[in-house]
Amino acid sequence: MRAEPAEVATTAESPRAHRVLVAEDGPVLVEGPVELELPDGSVLRSERPVVAVCTCRRSAIYPLCDTSHRRRRRRTT
Amino acid sequence: MTTTIPAPVEQLDRPAVPPARGELSAAVVDLLHGRRQDVPDPTAADPFGADLQLALALTGELHYRGLQGVSDEQEWAPAVASARHAMQDHFLTALREQLPGGDDVEEMVAELVVEPVDGTGVSHHLAAEGTVGQFTEYVAHRAHYHRKEADPQAWVIPRLQDAAKAGLVTVEHDEYGAGRARAMHSALYAQMMAELGLDPGYGAQLAVTSRWVLAEVNLQTLCGLRRSLRGASVGMFAVIELTSSPGSARFVQAARRLGLGPATEGFYAEHVEADAVHEQVLRRQVLAPLLALEPGLAGDVVLGMQASGWLGDRFAEELLTAWGRGASSLVAA
Repeated sequence: MRAEPAEVATTAESPRAHRVLVAEDGPVLVEGPVELELPDGSVLRSERPVVAVCTCRRSAIYPLCDTSHRRRRRRTT
Repeated sequence: MTTTIPAPVEQLDRPAVPPARGELSAAVVDLLHGRRQDVPDPTAADPFGADLQLALALTGELHYRGLQGVSDEQEWAPAVASARHAMQDHFLTALREQLPGGDDVEEMVAELVVEPVDGTGVSHHLAAEGTVGQFTEYVAHRAHYHRKEADPQAWVIPRLQDAAKAGLVTVEHDEYGAGRARAMHSALYAQMMAELGLDPGYGAQLAVTSRWVLAEVNLQTLCGLRRSLRGASVGMFAVIELTSSPGSARFVQAARRLGLGPATEGFYAEHVEADAVHEQVLRRQVLAPLLALEPGLAGDVVLGMQASGWLGDRFAEELLTAWGRGASSLVAA
């Protein structure tokens, strides 16, 4: 018996696979509706067509993104 | 037991023509009612003035729900189309003169997604110290956009192709409640208005609305309906979606501090969550494929972004100045 080789992702979309978009500087984008199960067992359900899941853990509405990952800067002008 | 819930009864909701704010808007009202055949040269009017912006808004409303007492045929009647076009050109020329220009979309986006730690806008003021009355005034002004939220951008859909079109429609679909009429952002706004004691009717606040909000929607409408400005339409949409999330979080804070109620808090909370998604979709699935396909639109995208920022800043200045004097920011009847 041998393990199936992991499928190498290509740019072509597979009709069966859920594509999750991993942004370099922000949330992970998942196609909704989706249920997010949290460590305490609670489940958050989002009906949104695209759901942004927080990866920086700074969000005030965690596990969803609220753009708290953004860089902050003092105005210099 | 089975309970039958009666279908909600919708009333046809179209705005009444508000009082004119000067010679040009008075002439346009007469034109729309068929009492005259042409209007004075708009280049004599202040391109950012309440008179021209209201006149333009009235000709623009004919593309949306129409106006009470005005024939729908007036939408494309040659005299109306000609007056509208001349007013739009005068406004656009003056607006371009105010903006630095350029074509670096990436730099503009990078600027927009940095949060100032010492921001001074309307949302900062309301979160920290604004009053219930000031919050309500802001909501009354912004109704001109939010009661038709997503409509001005709908004009641009057939002007886009493939990936950019699919991305933009994803965001529009969400704005339109993803198939649930009660969840449409324009409907959530109406629920908030009712909670704040404002008439939520479509166009009910037109008479008290700031010229700067009229100007923003006028620009959205004209960029959506002029194929040559499709890039600017997308640029304006991107600014809304890229800046709304943190601003909405401050409105949630303000609504909680002032105890304004669940519909008010809910409207802005929905925008914190939704626009964090829309930002990503706009950047990756609209702007990127649009500019890959039509790199020559970069300058127009920047134009739309800068124009949104500039008009938004003028609106904020107007509100904060009025409130600083202890006065109302609403247009006096």
